[in-house]
Amino acid sequence: MTHSISLTVNGARREIELNDPRVTLLDLLRERLQLTGTKKGCDRGQCGACTILVDGKRINSCLALAISHDGAEIVTIEGIARGDQLHPVQAAFIACDGFQCGFCTPGQIMSAIGLMCEGQAGADPERIREGMSGNLCRCGAYAGIVDAVLEAQASQTEANRRRSA
Amino acid sequence: MKMFDYVKPATLAEAVAAAAHPGAAYLAAGTNLLDLMKGGVSRPDRLVDVTHLPGLDRIEHLPDGGVRIGALVSNAGLAHDTDFAKAYPAVAEALLSGASAQLRNAATVGGNLLQRTRCAYFYDTASRCNKREAGSGCDAQGGESRLHAVLGWSANCIATHPSDFCVPLVALEAIVEIEGKNGRRELPLDEVYRLPGDTPERDHALEPGDLIVAVRLPPASRNFAAHARYLKIRERTSYAFAVVSAAAALQIENGRIAEARLALGGVAAKPWRARAAEQVLKGVAADAASFREAAQAALAEAKPSGDNAFKIELARRVIVRALSLAATGTPERIPALPASVFASNSGALHA
Repeated sequence: MTHSISLTVNGARREIELNDPRVTLLDLLRERLQLTGTKKGCDRGQCGACTILVDGKRINSCLALAISHDGAEIVTIEGIARGDQLHPVQAAFIACDGFQCGFCTPGQIMSAIGLMCEGQAGADPERIREGMSGNLCRCGAYAGIVDAVLEAQASQTEANRRRSA
Repeated sequence: MKMFDYVKPATLAEAVAAAAHPGAAYLAAGTNLLDLMKGGVSRPDRLVDVTHLPGLDRIEHLPDGGVRIGALVSNAGLAHDTDFAKAYPAVAEALLSGASAQLRNAATVGGNLLQRTRCAYFYDTASRCNKREAGSGCDAQGGESRLHAVLGWSANCIATHPSDFCVPLVALEAIVEIEGKNGRRELPLDEVYRLPGDTPERDHALEPGDLIVAVRLPPASRNFAAHARYLKIRERTSYAFAVVSAAAALQIENGRIAEARLALGGVAAKPWRARAAEQVLKGVAADAASFREAAQAALAEAKPSGDNAFKIELARRVIVRALSLAATGTPERIPALPASVFASNSGALHA
């Protein structure tokens, strides 16, 4: 039995026929939609490499059944830059050496974007570390990751200040 | 993962009927269930998806002063609800000390109540486990048992309940609203859970088809808001289950404890309400001597189930510390490291 779902993925509406209800959002993105930027690490919700935004909130796509998310709006790492212009969080990760091998990086960046939208951490490194604890980095680039989030947060605050000025 | 039939009911009644089938399971966010299904630990024939059912995702502040939390409210949504966190700060702190931000965004209140144990032998299908397969035996006993139960365990099962959220909920006498084949009923959360006894395969008192639709906190539980904390010992500071945790809530009048609530996590197959300790605290001075006496009372019945005698003394010390923190007063804002024993020191690096 096939199930039809529709998703908005990085701004584009996609109609999807699922012939198997077991497909996770992660496998759907990688195997069906060829969006392989989202990484499969542990596949069990422990490493955060598969982090995406669903309806504006960061979640582990490996623990979400696609069939249960009919109508959802999804943003992945492929959907955050504007053409050649990097998302401020992407730019900050490069500027601050927020990665080494890069495997966890898409998840780290999507998680950082989610964290900034949640607005709980502000510019407090301790709250940023706590808020990013769902993303493991086996290269140990954590210091750079925290710096990158701080920098992205600062540039966002500055942009907001300019906008309201 | 075993194949299953996917059912998406439009109403509560349809959901209950679909889930009453043998082999059926409810699907909410799936953060625990999908993990168990991927590992072959849970093998449902049918998933009844309740995520789209209307009316289950609201936090309602009731006219009597209590709060009603819909079963589909997310952990993060509840913890960051300003009014809720102000009225029930220990619950918010417990929520934020559990899992990761991604999981808290997805995981639901109802699912949290019904999450399964994290006993490694339950998860490992090559091991014998009476909870996973009734009557098969228990390889946790005599195995790696550092983190297992010290209260309420039986010769058949020494697993613990993993939830943080449920520890303050039990202390604050949460009521669970359940929709079932015979309509709506209510149970105190404490009575939803079962100790293992001879039937560890049954975690709780729910019947096939029963769906948790809401959790209520009574208005009287607000009276602890000024002195309520959750404290959780973990093997790493963030994103880890409790070794031992405690929810402590006090009403203090003129330096004396008018009313106390205490519950422990990580020590038993259910969140463990420490009523004997609460009795000890009633009417006494809010000081270290009282807290130590309460801790003794709370663990009076405890015994190791394996290589875990340390958890009994650890639990006593966690109680004393949680009560001391509660007596000091609920902080204005939940600390950067929720429920941690490590003081938050902004900007400091951790070794």
